[in-house]
Formats: sequence, C-alpha cells, structure tokens
Amino acid sequence: MPLSPADFAAVWLTLELASLTTLLLLLIGTPIAWWLARTESRWKQPIGAIVALPLVLPPTVIGFYLLVSMGPNGFIGQLTQSLGLGTLTFTFTGLVIGSVFYSLPFVVQPLQNAFEAIGRAPLEAAATLRAGPWDTFFSVVLPLARPGFVTAAILGFAHTVGEFGVVLMIGGNIPGKTQVASVQIYNHVETMQYAQAHWLAGGMVLFSFVVLLALYSRRSTLRVWR
Amino acid sequence: MTWPFTRRQSAVTHISGKGEIRAQFKVEHAGFALDVALDLPGRGVSALFGHSGSGKTSCLRCFAGLDQPSQGYLEINGELWQDSARGIFVPAHQRAVGYVFQDANLFAHLSVRGNLLYGFKRIPAAQRRVALDQAVELLGIGHLLERMPGHLSGGEQQRVGIARALLTSPRLLLMDEPLASLDLKRKREVLPYLERLHAELEIPIVYVSHSPDEVARLADHLVVLDEGKVTASGPLKETLLRADLPFVFEDDAEAVVDGVVSGHDAAYGLLALHLSGSAITVQLPHAALLVGQAVRIKIMARDVSLSLQQAEQSSVLNLLPAQVLDWITVAEQAHVLVRVQVGGEQLMARITRYSFDRLNIQPGLSLWVQVKSMSLLSSN
Repeated sequence: MPLSPADFAAVWLTLELASLTTLLLLLIGTPIAWWLARTESRWKQPIGAIVALPLVLPPTVIGFYLLVSMGPNGFIGQLTQSLGLGTLTFTFTGLVIGSVFYSLPFVVQPLQNAFEAIGRAPLEAAATLRAGPWDTFFSVVLPLARPGFVTAAILGFAHTVGEFGVVLMIGGNIPGKTQVASVQIYNHVETMQYAQAHWLAGGMVLFSFVVLLALYSRRSTLRVWR
Repeated sequence: MTWPFTRRQSAVTHISGKGEIRAQFKVEHAGFALDVALDLPGRGVSALFGHSGSGKTSCLRCFAGLDQPSQGYLEINGELWQDSARGIFVPAHQRAVGYVFQDANLFAHLSVRGNLLYGFKRIPAAQRRVALDQAVELLGIGHLLERMPGHLSGGEQQRVGIARALLTSPRLLLMDEPLASLDLKRKREVLPYLERLHAELEIPIVYVSHSPDEVARLADHLVVLDEGKVTASGPLKETLLRADLPFVFEDDAEAVVDGVVSGHDAAYGLLALHLSGSAITVQLPHAALLVGQAVRIKIMARDVSLSLQQAEQSSVLNLLPAQVLDWITVAEQAHVLVRVQVGGEQLMARITRYSFDRLNIQPGLSLWVQVKSMSLLSSN
C-alpha cells in the first residue's frame, strides 16, 4: 500500500478544506466582484488592489498576519474568545479563514471579468421587462456569467488545494485537523520517505493537470451563446 | 415650463386629465444638456426627430426611467411616474413601459420564446392584454420561437424585441431607432410590422428616429429636437409645413397628405386618389388598391413646381389648383419654399428665388401646382 492512513486523511482533509473554502468564496466573492464591476466609486481601485494582494504576497506574510490577528491578543482572537470559541489558530476553522483570504483573487477576478463582459444592456432590458434588481441578478446575470462562475470555482478550489505556506503558519501540522496534502509531502521529505512523497506529489501533479485541462477545454465552449 | 409646478399645486394625490403624456426632463452631463418639456397625445405615434446628439435617446431613457433626470416630471395618461419636485421617481422596473432597443438587446441565454415570456411572466395575469399568440402573429415570428437569438438575422431580432416589449402590455411603447441598425432590405421587412402596430394597437408610441422617411410613414405627432431642446412639436402634417422654422428636414422638405383610393387605371397602372377635404383627384403609378381605402402620401417640396396658368400639354400628371399661403427663403437665398393650400391639404413647393420674383408671388395668389412625383407611404 503506497499511501498510509495518515496520507489518506491528509488528502481527505485537503478536499474538505478546498470544497468549503470554494463555497464560501463564491458567496463572499460574488458581491465583491459585482461591486467592483459596477461601481464608479473612487474606492474601486484601492479595494481591487487589496483583493489582489494575495496574488503577489508570499503566503508566509498572509499567514503571519492571520496568525497574529487570530492569536490570543489579535482582534479576531479577542472576538472569538469573547464569544467563547477560543482561538482559531491551529484549527480547521482557522485554515478555512486563511484559505478564503489566500484564494480570494482567484474567485473575484474571473467573476468581475464575467460581470463586466455582460455590460449594462441586458440589465436595462430586464428592468424594462419588470424585473427588479434581485430578479435581474438571478434571471439574467447568473446565467450569463455562468462560465465565469465555473472558472472561479475551479481556480478557487485548485488554488486552495495547492496551499502550503499559509497552512503551515496558522494551522501547523496536526494530523486530521490541519495536516493537508501539501504539508504531508513536506513531512515525508523531511523524514526521507521519498516513495510516499512521490505518490502524493504525483497525485497533485495529475490533479492540477486535469483541472487546468478542464479549464482550457471550457474556454472553447464559452462561446456557445454568441 | 411652468405647468409641472402649477399641476403640483392643484392635484395632490389624484391626477385626472386622461389621454395625454406630459413630460419635462432636465439632464446635464459633461458636454451635453437636455432640457425639454413635451406635451404629447395619449395615443398614436409621436416621433422624436433630430440629428445624432440632439438628445432623442436621452429623452427616451428618461421616459423609461433608465436615466434619472436631475429635474423631471412625467405623467402618462393619468399615471404619475416622476415628479422630482415631490421626490417621486418610479424605478424603471415598476413602470409599465415597453422599450425597443436600437440593437434589439435580446437575452443571449434565452430562446426566442424565453425572451418573449420574460416580461410577460412578470406582470400580473389580470394586466395581460396582449397574448403570446397575438404578439407572435403580429410580428410574424412563429417559426422562430425555439431558436436562440444568436441565430437570428438583425431584422428577426428586432421583431422579437418588439414582440417582447408588447407582451408586457405596456401603457407606453418606447422605440429607440428600431430600424437604424438594419440594412435597407431588413428595414423594408420590419416597417410593415411597425405600421401594423400603429394601426392595430391603442398603446401610445414614442418613436426616436433620424430618418425623415420613417417619421413621415409612421408618425402622427412630430417633435423636433436640436441640441437638447425642442425646436418644434405638433401634429405631423402641420409641423412638417411650419414655415417659421428652420426647415425640419432641410433639403428634404416635404408634405404628407391623406387621401382615399377612388379608382385604378389598369391600362396605364395608375392609382387615383381623392385628397381628403376636397374633390381634388391625383394619380400616381401604383398597383390597384381597394376603392375607399385610406392612404397617406408624401410629396417632396422639390417635386412641386408652380405655374400661373393651367398647362394644357404637360407630361406632369397632377396639375392642381392652389392658393399661396406663405414662404421662406432657404439655401443661401437661392431658393424659396412656398406653402400652398390645395383643397383641404397643404403642400410645399421649392422654387428658385428668380422664379419667385418673376411669378410675383403674393399671399392669396391663385395658381397651379404641378406635382412631378409623389409616393405612397402607407395604406391602412
């Protein structure tokens, strides 16, 4: 058996983390992307830049700040402690929060592009056909932006699966709680278990390739409506 | 410009005065200002005519509530949609308008049927006065229902767009140059449907256009816009003939007259028409139509000449007795547009100033007009 139970647990935890993070990102990212796509506010550029920060910052920087703020003296830590939740560092919840920050631009940017591509015309047509703003969003914007949502979900999921630095900083290496696949590979290499590292690493390569292949083949089907 | 405010003081909750459209919009953008007050009939087609940039489309967007003018008042057949003085602005999706966009603007993710039903489903069943079958039949799109908009021609898309707007049973139909993006062939394909709308529906239509031809064919009421201001507004025939204006259609000055088919000469292919309000008959080459049918014809000022005597032998078919009303000088003083009364109708003749002086034209002078050509606009 090439993979140990600990390896399977790590893979399972990774998938759990990525699924939950993607779901949350779609919920959080949609209003942010919609606002960025539509607003003429002078805050558009600063907010857009903040959302894009994880693209360029080393994951350790994000991890460090999250660690500090979720720790006993940080503002998130104080809040969670006052709610009787303890601190979120070295917990699965903490990992989810970290992953949401880390993968935010990978979800917001495809959505923003999709919303911008829709333009004002279909929204105005919907308004003259008696659809209110929410109705328009669900009956016109969502279906027209569907390719953008699929792209955003795939990128958000895949990017979270590939996360390492943030996890190590705020989650540590607790089996079944915060020990995800990328960290487990690191463990195997540290302990010279190269065969097991190969299986996990090879699996990640295959997974990433399949995801990107799916993404690129979608590109050619995006124009069905045109 | 004062009426919105006088109304505000008189009628507080209920607005009576059914049967008309009252609008006042003031919009200011960088480099553009719209400042109009319009009083339009509550039925028939009102054309907003002007060059591009004259504010036609801005005006239409204010009617629909797509743009919110900084100052505005809008009342449609007794229903108040905007009164900025009282802070009232009914948002676009709560206004019973139908809007036909210049480029159809169909939903790409819905089939033709899905597009047609989008607005239809969103109005209460009790308010539906136009049925799907009716709209489909009126616009001739029955064979397209299952197609996606991307697979339709421009003309077909525009017909679907019109049907989609009609299916919301609007109290006001707004059309933004629905033919402008179509080539001549497609225009000819869609125009008859627009004429049917005009003839068969009770809904008032505000029609934006920069084409004199479309306006003459479709409009009952004409509003001329120039640089965001109204330069003329009134019934079509009168407004086309208003000699005090810088000419509405400039070199294409024209008159529109109504008549009734009185016969047809099959041997020469000539249709005879009785001009309304008189016993005067005109003839023009056209296929036979039913005797008694009402028609509208357009006569360009440049196709009308004046003569003091009745020319006995002339190739011109239509020699009509007329009386001079008034005139203006146009085109760097070289030409004169003379307005004449022919029976119950009025025509314009574009003649040179030289001829004008030679004929010694005076108001009330009786003379003969020779109409070299005229075209049938519509028959309904």
